[in-house]
Amino acid sequence: MFGYTFQWNQALARLPKILDGAAVTMEVAVLSMLIGIALAIFLTLLRLSGSRPLGAIATTWVEVARNTPALFQIYMAHFGVASFGIHFSPFVSLLIGITFNNAGYLAENFRGALKAIPETQTRAGRSLGMSQGQAFRYIILPQMLRISFLPMTNQMVWAVLMTSLGVTVGMNTDLYGVTQDLNALTFRTFELFAIAAVIFYLITKIITLGARAIAWRLFRY
Amino acid sequence: MFDTALSAADLIFLAKGAGMTIIVTAISVAIGTVLGILFGVIRVQLGAVLAAPLTFFLDIFRSVPLLIQLVLANAFMGMVLHLRFSGFTIACMVLSLYTAAYCAEIVRGGIGAVPATTRRAARSLGMSWWQDMRYIVAPLATRVALPSWIGLALGVMKDSALVYVVQVTELLKSTQILITRLQEPLFLLMICGAFYFIISFPLARLGGYLEKRWSND
Repeated sequence: MFGYTFQWNQALARLPKILDGAAVTMEVAVLSMLIGIALAIFLTLLRLSGSRPLGAIATTWVEVARNTPALFQIYMAHFGVASFGIHFSPFVSLLIGITFNNAGYLAENFRGALKAIPETQTRAGRSLGMSQGQAFRYIILPQMLRISFLPMTNQMVWAVLMTSLGVTVGMNTDLYGVTQDLNALTFRTFELFAIAAVIFYLITKIITLGARAIAWRLFRY
Repeated sequence: MFDTALSAADLIFLAKGAGMTIIVTAISVAIGTVLGILFGVIRVQLGAVLAAPLTFFLDIFRSVPLLIQLVLANAFMGMVLHLRFSGFTIACMVLSLYTAAYCAEIVRGGIGAVPATTRRAARSLGMSWWQDMRYIVAPLATRVALPSWIGLALGVMKDSALVYVVQVTELLKSTQILITRLQEPLFLLMICGAFYFIISFPLARLGGYLEKRWSND
């Protein structure tokens, strides 16, 4: 039917290596999400601080992260900062790029979530004797994270997909990088990348279904 | 003899890259939106069970990195089917389906936001299915869907930076080519980033404004 012989065995023989790559991909994605959430909370606090310069820094971060390609951000982390004599390894550059992107998108999600929490709750906390920090920590933050749980899941999926961009800065240990290297060795382009695609699909499905299960356990009343 | 300063020719080269980014985005968003509306309406009409194959097919485009979609499409067309498509054609085909997959989701959300009672009222007044869709659902769903659609179009523009993988020289790739010649990564990347930002930021703001303006509460 096709003038092409599929050689799945050759590609499947490399499956262990590809799966090692998947582990690195997950490592980058999880790390970038954890740091990203922490940074996003920090950016949200800067925006809430009421200080103009601090708020402007946070807003600039968010707008740049949301309005330029993720690939550009990874380039910046790798080639851009190299102009200052700072040289990161591909792994670190990729992590910085994705984390920057995650933090920007998540901070915007958090802002939306904060709008859904009535201002009166902070005041109620304050009148119960809580400090401003305590009111945020114990009343606002948990609700904010709960409301933005679904967007956070989406961001996690995007973080996984974005790891494939690491190859542009020389990353060759993640799922895409490993597949690309194997492709250079074997020329089974279609078979290898089809396998990588299936693994990516399974990872994203596990994340969405897992998140749904977690949400069901945590957030039912 | 070897000039390493930014010349007018370099700027024209960058502008061509920017033009390519816009052309690829425009074609993909146009085709993708038409397909997305079609797929979205089909999914709503068929219901979850009957539309499951379509849902699965579209889900693939949202769950596999665009880079891999492009490489796979290129390998499939070239090596398997022996079709000599240009990188530009493949980039537009993949990005169109990628857009359609997200657009179908937005359309579905938009149609779902039209109250069932409003639609039943339309049908009780003697409107046909098509009239109901055309005069009742379309205007109401557009209000809900347009802000997300603007976000999608901007997302596709940013993701079009990946089509370099099928030998299409768009803005980021042309920046990279210039970087190898001029050895000024930060400066050139700033120009490139500024271009994306200048296009994306005002439109993103417009989307946010429409969302606020058109929300029901």
